[in-house]
Amino acid sequence: MILTIAHKEFRSLFVIPSTWLILGALQFIFAWFFLARLDAFLQVQSQLAQLANAPGATLAVAAPLFGTIALILMMLIPIFTMRLIAEERRNQTLTLLMSAPVSDYHIVVGKFIGLMLFLLLIIASCMLMVLTLAAGTQLDAGLLLTNALGLVLLAASYVALGLYISSLTAQPVVAAIGALAIFFGLWLVEVSAVDNDNTWRALAPTSHFQSFNIGLLNSTDLMFFLLFCTAFLLLTIRRLHNNRIYS
Amino acid sequence: MSVTAPITLSARNLIRRFGQREVIHGVSLELRHGEVLGLLGHNGAGKSTTLQMLTGALLPHSGQIEICGFDLTRQPQNAKAQTGFLPETPPLYREMSVNDFLIFAAKLHRVPRAQIADALTETKRRCGLQDSGKKIIGTLSKGYQQRVGIAQAIIHQPEVIILDEPTVGLDPSQIRDIRTLIRELGNMHSVILSTHLLGEVESICDRVEIMHHGRLIYGDSSTKMQQYGSQPGFIVTLLAPPALSVLQAIAEVQQVDQLSATQFRILHAANTNPSAALLALAAQHGWQAEQLVPLRTRLEDVFMQITQDEKL
Repeated sequence: MILTIAHKEFRSLFVIPSTWLILGALQFIFAWFFLARLDAFLQVQSQLAQLANAPGATLAVAAPLFGTIALILMMLIPIFTMRLIAEERRNQTLTLLMSAPVSDYHIVVGKFIGLMLFLLLIIASCMLMVLTLAAGTQLDAGLLLTNALGLVLLAASYVALGLYISSLTAQPVVAAIGALAIFFGLWLVEVSAVDNDNTWRALAPTSHFQSFNIGLLNSTDLMFFLLFCTAFLLLTIRRLHNNRIYS
Repeated sequence: MSVTAPITLSARNLIRRFGQREVIHGVSLELRHGEVLGLLGHNGAGKSTTLQMLTGALLPHSGQIEICGFDLTRQPQNAKAQTGFLPETPPLYREMSVNDFLIFAAKLHRVPRAQIADALTETKRRCGLQDSGKKIIGTLSKGYQQRVGIAQAIIHQPEVIILDEPTVGLDPSQIRDIRTLIRELGNMHSVILSTHLLGEVESICDRVEIMHHGRLIYGDSSTKMQQYGSQPGFIVTLLAPPALSVLQAIAEVQQVDQLSATQFRILHAANTNPSAALLALAAQHGWQAEQLVPLRTRLEDVFMQITQDEKL
């Protein structure tokens, strides 16, 4: 059942022209940024070579690229999560799911997985772009993998939160703006926090992504993302259940 | 429909509040296999709310719903697998094609993978959608969207089909098609439909429940409802009529009124029917009986009368 719903969500993304447009534009932006970093790296490469223990191409090109992707995902994900429940409610198609023999858990997790599949596609396409570097130099596989994992977890936490916001309203635009505002708020908490103020920083998914970005696989950060996703998915399930009682 | 047919849906004492306001006050319903039940009522009488509760889209604040022996709150998935629901606004994903959407609906309602193709062709045939399979739902006309909505509700062959105002917004020929379809469905499944069109009740429902301000105030077979509050009788046309007193003298006739030179209105008691005797006499004496029409009150009048009675 979960897969049925996930499959439907995934497919319905691709029948909308704007999805293709966004995919194309994203790929263009990533490529632009990737080439710019690569260019900068090539210019300073001769000087770097004189350093002992100089940063390689992975750290100088790939890591900043993934940092940028993380920021762009933050702005992108609300556009996709807004549709998930708010639009179904507005178009009154939610009734189909509510009266079908599926539980709220199936609906929420199905939608979550459907959108995650799509985001994995975006992340994978960036990975492929970075892997082209392997033609000219040796890549740091560990750093690449932690970055990829970090991006997936960051995207998952944004999707979970966006899904919850989407379940609160019947207006997709409100859901998008609400989710974007919260993501920005969390990001601002991270960038504005003083370095030793760890409690505030700990709230922001982006700050937990930082350690993945530098190739650190920290169990605290892993736990944070898992708990963050689970908490908001559970809240969404609860919200859908309340929908049957109070609406 | 026989009285011994198994009960497929039973609801007891449903109560539903919106905020502090109680909108459904203890509704109880029963539906048997092979029966079409019409839920009749003014706008805002609580028909849609009741139907939504029967499908599990809304939870009642108290009361019990059982579908094919499964309790809707305790075993929601088993119970819901036996129902098909068409809400007031058909729940259609406008960007999907008809085929994709119906396949999704079939999977969602647990149709085994191997049977999906057959179920799809069969359902499209029944709903007259054979040529629309590849079309995008958003481009279809209202009537066709309604058909897709019905197709979505019946693709998994549910025991109980719940239709909320299925013919709203359709043109007369589409209404006729859909009514034929509902009648056909009613023979193999049980159907409950809400409507405020009385003609619909007359033409397709076996039984009627009238809902008024969140209560069921009247329930009976639709033929009985037409006789509600009226004296049984018929109008007979005799081309060579006898004297009024001769007609009056026929056994069980209570009253005879002459409407025109050849037409007579004959009233009789509820449990008797003198029409056979009258026709026999007509043949015997050469009164040239031309037609005999049972007296029928218009359903509108009956409906108004019932809802008025409730107000007093």
